[in-house]
Amino acid sequence: MSVIYVLLTISIVVAVFFFAAFIFSVRSGQYDDSYTPSVRMLFEDELVAPTKKSKTEPLSKTPLTKSQKL
Amino acid sequence: MDNTTCFHCGDDCDKDLITHDDKLFCCHGCKTVYEIFAANDLSYYYDLQAAAGSTPNTITSKYDFLDTPSITEKLVEFDDGHTQIINLYIPTIHCSSCIWILENLGQLHPGMYQSMVDFPKKMVRISYHTEQISLKEVILFLARIGYEPTISLEDFDKKTTNKDRSLLYKLGVAGFAFGNVMFLSFPEYFEVQEFWLEQYKGLFRWLMFTFSLPVVFYAGQDYLISAYKGLRSKLLNIDVPIALGILVLFLRSTAEIIFDWGSGFFDSLTGLIFFLLLGKFFQQRTYSFLSFERDYKSYFPIAVTKIFSSGKEQTIQVYDIKKGDRLLIRHEELIPVDGVLISGEAEIDYSFVTGESEPVKKESGDKVFAGGKQQLGAIEMEAIKSVSQSYLTQLWGNAVFREDKQSNFQTLTDSIGKRFTVAVLFIAFSAALFWVFQDSSKVWNVLTAVLIIACPCAIALAAPFTLGNMLRIFGKKKFYLKDTRVIEQLAKIDTAIFDKTGTLTIGNHNSVVYEGDALSAEEKSLLKSTLRSSNHPLSRSLYNLLEEQQILTLDQYKEYVGKGLYGSKDQDELKLGSASFVDNCSLSTSEKTAVHLSTNNKYKGRFVFHNQYREGVSDVITKLKETMDVAVLSGDHDGEKNRLEALLPTLTPLYFNQQPTDKLEFIKELQTQGKQVLMVGDGLNDAGALAQSNVGIAISENVNVFSPACDGILDASKFSDLGEYISASKKAMKIIKLSFILSLLYNIIGLYFAVTGQLKPVIAAILMPISSISIVAFTTIATNWLGKNIK
Repeated sequence: MSVIYVLLTISIVVAVFFFAAFIFSVRSGQYDDSYTPSVRMLFEDELVAPTKKSKTEPLSKTPLTKSQKL
Repeated sequence: MDNTTCFHCGDDCDKDLITHDDKLFCCHGCKTVYEIFAANDLSYYYDLQAAAGSTPNTITSKYDFLDTPSITEKLVEFDDGHTQIINLYIPTIHCSSCIWILENLGQLHPGMYQSMVDFPKKMVRISYHTEQISLKEVILFLARIGYEPTISLEDFDKKTTNKDRSLLYKLGVAGFAFGNVMFLSFPEYFEVQEFWLEQYKGLFRWLMFTFSLPVVFYAGQDYLISAYKGLRSKLLNIDVPIALGILVLFLRSTAEIIFDWGSGFFDSLTGLIFFLLLGKFFQQRTYSFLSFERDYKSYFPIAVTKIFSSGKEQTIQVYDIKKGDRLLIRHEELIPVDGVLISGEAEIDYSFVTGESEPVKKESGDKVFAGGKQQLGAIEMEAIKSVSQSYLTQLWGNAVFREDKQSNFQTLTDSIGKRFTVAVLFIAFSAALFWVFQDSSKVWNVLTAVLIIACPCAIALAAPFTLGNMLRIFGKKKFYLKDTRVIEQLAKIDTAIFDKTGTLTIGNHNSVVYEGDALSAEEKSLLKSTLRSSNHPLSRSLYNLLEEQQILTLDQYKEYVGKGLYGSKDQDELKLGSASFVDNCSLSTSEKTAVHLSTNNKYKGRFVFHNQYREGVSDVITKLKETMDVAVLSGDHDGEKNRLEALLPTLTPLYFNQQPTDKLEFIKELQTQGKQVLMVGDGLNDAGALAQSNVGIAISENVNVFSPACDGILDASKFSDLGEYISASKKAMKIIKLSFILSLLYNIIGLYFAVTGQLKPVIAAILMPISSISIVAFTTIATNWLGKNIK
């Protein structure tokens, strides 16, 4: 049962690692703006690259409605 | 439904219809922006959000000051010679298309290689190569596509603010420790006399202790420090019982594990701090795209054109203006300092500064004051004072701006907290006293148990969650408040003061009444054609207010600045303007703004301009009068007195010709009588009154444009709901009181266990989360229901 020392140590180390990751990510400024990334990820990155000849249909045709404007 | 809305900006194309590429546009500006986007493969802009654009402003030379390096270096965030980074505030950012186009600026001009939008703050950070594009070109470019940034003196002076993320860190620490401590405390809840449990319980207990250390001393430090400060100034605020609870929990738990009396209450301790911090986090709702702290600096421009004695014109910083400098003020530009008019036709709009609704005509040699906006062409003036000494900016020297309103107001939570502490200490000591005689081994147990369980946690959570939610609900209804304290103060208001110009009236929109002989069809169309060529603000208002007429090309047209217009076609001629200009006018000039009309040397009549009042003004004030005193303080002359008296309920006090300091003193006087005053205003002339009042609300047609420092900003379209908002604040306070009663229930149950000496850690660990969560749920549901009823 003294294996519990090992188990506790490992789990605490893992937990502390995640905690450190949290601190690090807050410090990098990711959480200062929590709204814009949610809009940004819905943009089509490749749309501006192809020229007029290949007008691809945007995959996710979900335009934001007026009620979602600030 | 009419299909004549502009493809770019969505406005109606009633004036001119422009077709291009099978699409309709309301003006050339919108069409130009569309062409720019289409030419650069950026029409995805319109796929994301239909009609997302804004009409670009016509570019004047107002950005010439950016040619001066000393000015640009103060605005730019980063500069290493090759690249610069600038942070710009763009009020027209409003949807996802805006984000997309602003982050793809590199597509429009390769010099701007990177840009990132912060949508809640409505800011964009652009990195650009200085060899390829300059700051001035960046800003002109943005203006051309309809995203003109706002740059004011405030941006010039700003110091870099260090972002305060400490609440997030503390919340992280508390949450992390709470989870782990709960996990570690589970074995001992069930009190099974188990061999292995006995062997290792020391380990578990000391681990819990270690996790609790950072929670108490780092995450909980705000409460401990605030309680200490409160006690030092003999004030019992809500943080005192919280700090007491934290310390007793910590000390008793540590003692328990040292002497092996039990497993301690570390789980309740970490949970308490975690929930309290969560409450603080929810209370912190801010509107980062608005500022409630604006003073004159954000109203004034950064630079102005100076005319040197050699005749050369150069832009200089507003702070560099010295006495005796000659300045050139163009159309729609602000006068930055007090001075004397040298040359040019001046008609200056002071409505924001003094509240006068009509522009003031000035002649050469007259004094002009800072803050006025020039309505006609360019004028030259000589500066008498520097920016900080102007009559207007001296208003900010008044002591009221240095006072911190917040520290004087005692919130409901604090006043309850006071009584709570006293009651808890009383119960603790009397219970302990009881047990001294009954069974003295239980004394410390009971004393500390009472102090632990009588948790002000629920009380401390009721207000933040209720008010935080109310703040969010108000924000959705375009009533933006600075912080939750304002709601509490709003509930206590018993006097309301309104400014007139811009607050009760809508600026720039006038209603026109024609008094005189009827006009024939030819006369009407001649009139409208003559008005079309004039740029004078009154001409433009009149043009828009007259019916559609056939527009003729005039044979002759002349504008006599300061006097009137002359137009003629075929045999008819028309004169429009001041009484002295127009033929044969025998009416005496009254206080009202009037434009006289004569055709073919015969006097016809006059157009009288009235202030147009906002919709619902009489309803709002009548409703408010039921529960509080109302008065109107105006910086304007009393020409509108009769109309106001008709519009407002009887016996509403009206005061005219009020200077900004008069308004401030009036409110101070009311406050010495013990009244709680609400001030509703809009301009710089209300700044002192807004600061002095208990609650100052600025009305704004466009919340992105300047409004003076205040406690709340109300969008002009929601003015008629003002009475509803005030009664909603009162109801919110009732919800808080109800939740206090609910929390009292939990405290009574908990106290039963504590006083009888039966408080086990597991009971505390159950009671506290349940009480916190149920209070949060109750307040959230109640405020949402209240919000639905506001309409």
